[in-house]
Amino acid sequence: MILNIDGIEFSYTSVPVLKDVKFTLRRGELLSILGNNGAGKSTLLKCINKILKPHKGTIYIEKDEISKLSRIEIAKKIGYVAQRNENGRFTVFDAILLGRKPHIKWDITEKDIKIVNEVLKKFDLEKLSLRYLSELSGGELQKVVIARALAQEPIVMLLDEPTNNLDLKNQIEVLKIIKETVKEQNIAAIVIIHDLNLVLRFSDKFLLLKDNTIFAYGGMEVMNEGNIEAVYGIPVAVEKCQDIPVVIPL
Amino acid sequence: MKQSFLESIPESYNQYIKRKIFIIILTALLTLILSIYAINAGSAGLSVYDVIKTLLGRGEERFRIIVWNIRMPRILSAIVAGIGLSVAGCVTQSILRNPLASPFTLGISQGAAFGAAVAIILFGAGSTTNPDSVIINNPYLVVIFAFLGSMSSTMVVLMLAKNFRVTPEAMVLAGVVLGSLFSAVTMILQYFADDVKVASVVFWTFGDLGRASWKDLTIMSVVVGISLIYFMFNRWNYNALDSGEETAKGLGVDVEKVRLYGMFVSSLIAAVITSFVGIIGFIGLVGPHIMRRLIGGDHRFLIPASSVIGGLILLASDTLGRTIISPIVLPVGAVTSFLGAPVFLYVLSRGYKR
Repeated sequence: MILNIDGIEFSYTSVPVLKDVKFTLRRGELLSILGNNGAGKSTLLKCINKILKPHKGTIYIEKDEISKLSRIEIAKKIGYVAQRNENGRFTVFDAILLGRKPHIKWDITEKDIKIVNEVLKKFDLEKLSLRYLSELSGGELQKVVIARALAQEPIVMLLDEPTNNLDLKNQIEVLKIIKETVKEQNIAAIVIIHDLNLVLRFSDKFLLLKDNTIFAYGGMEVMNEGNIEAVYGIPVAVEKCQDIPVVIPL
Repeated sequence: MKQSFLESIPESYNQYIKRKIFIIILTALLTLILSIYAINAGSAGLSVYDVIKTLLGRGEERFRIIVWNIRMPRILSAIVAGIGLSVAGCVTQSILRNPLASPFTLGISQGAAFGAAVAIILFGAGSTTNPDSVIINNPYLVVIFAFLGSMSSTMVVLMLAKNFRVTPEAMVLAGVVLGSLFSAVTMILQYFADDVKVASVVFWTFGDLGRASWKDLTIMSVVVGISLIYFMFNRWNYNALDSGEETAKGLGVDVEKVRLYGMFVSSLIAAVITSFVGIIGFIGLVGPHIMRRLIGGDHRFLIPASSVIGGLILLASDTLGRTIISPIVLPVGAVTSFLGAPVFLYVLSRGYKR
């Protein structure tokens, strides 16, 4: 067990956003969180890495309780890609190098540079490495942000809409890289994606949020027509096209 | 080890880093050259040869006094104050996520002016001997009050930030509001004061680097020096903050703490400098922005670069103010803006340079 979320509850005001959320995640698993806008998906991610503090419940990463870890200790274990990012005046290389921040004591080491180079290659960003972020397209920028989280060498990755701004080819490529990384390095990832077809294609586990709590949690079996219709409120058909599962809104 | 380390970095990246270091060194060299010119320039008729001889301890007594007691503290004050104000601006802009932020954002200048007004008007720390020159009778009283005034404004804003977790925008707004509150009180004080005292207060608010003694300079240098070290320790934190608050938290930055401490240190720099030499605006805005355009936003290099450019700009402004209609010395605060504004507009119009 790499992540154990045990009965967390969170609210911004008096209205609860998350109630009694509990699930576990193993190494090598990619989990997708699904639900309507405002269902509490992003809030859940932020609770997991302590950007928000849950009012109730505990979260364990391996043996450690998240609430007892310092920010920097969490950052060594959890990589987080926020839904919205700002771009300082950095080059692609420096922006990804920033992912090494939790590991840097005073100055960067050879290992940091090596990891940045590897990540640049993985995301096919080498040619852009000295471009300023302001000169990149939305898709390239999104890749840089994800690359930074990978350079962090986390054991759990939290990605809030990582395929935003990406074209069809890049959506598939980026999710492939995430999936491969999860398998190769035997880590875990939690993603929020709105595209149900991408979700079905790449996830091992699914967490459906409805009415601020878990509606269903499990593998492929929970992604049936009844559950999806109940969560999103529109009828769908789940079919297979050349052995790839697809969701078609009806 | 060192060799293999460099080999693993792409050559182009090394070039790019070297270019940044080159710009920093070049700016520092320019400052050094300008300092020698500045020691030389003025109404005393020193030659470069005299200056060098005096610096080496072999000059005439008359020159020794001019160089060591008048020109040197003034030039070093310009450099130290310029470094301090510029680097404080650089950090403030990052932690408040606001390109218009400067060390004076939290109402420091108005607080300092209020403090000085209290010292001069209520405690009689200033007077005048003839209509042309205003004397501050008790400079240390004014310095202390100015410092208390400026820090009180800062502390209120920081307390708001700490206890109510207000956003950076709210901190900026609170600073503006407090600044205007202090201005109002200063105005009321001046309204009921006699014209000599009012003149003293106004005179005090014009920045004047000639006010700083060696002792003042030492205090400023220590504060600026320690702050620089503190900022450099946090350079990765500021880089992370530039990528957005949530991303920074995800990267292990204790955002609230970094922001609060950073604001405190920046304000302290500005308060100390302002208390000794008066209000000198603009450096904290123009210095970091010029360097951000030239070398980018990486605080590993931006912090030292902002420092050196700040020293250069303030020294250049002061030297120009001293020499342009010599023997009349123009207030440096006015010259800074006069010189800085066109330069700044030029840099802005050229856009970002690769």
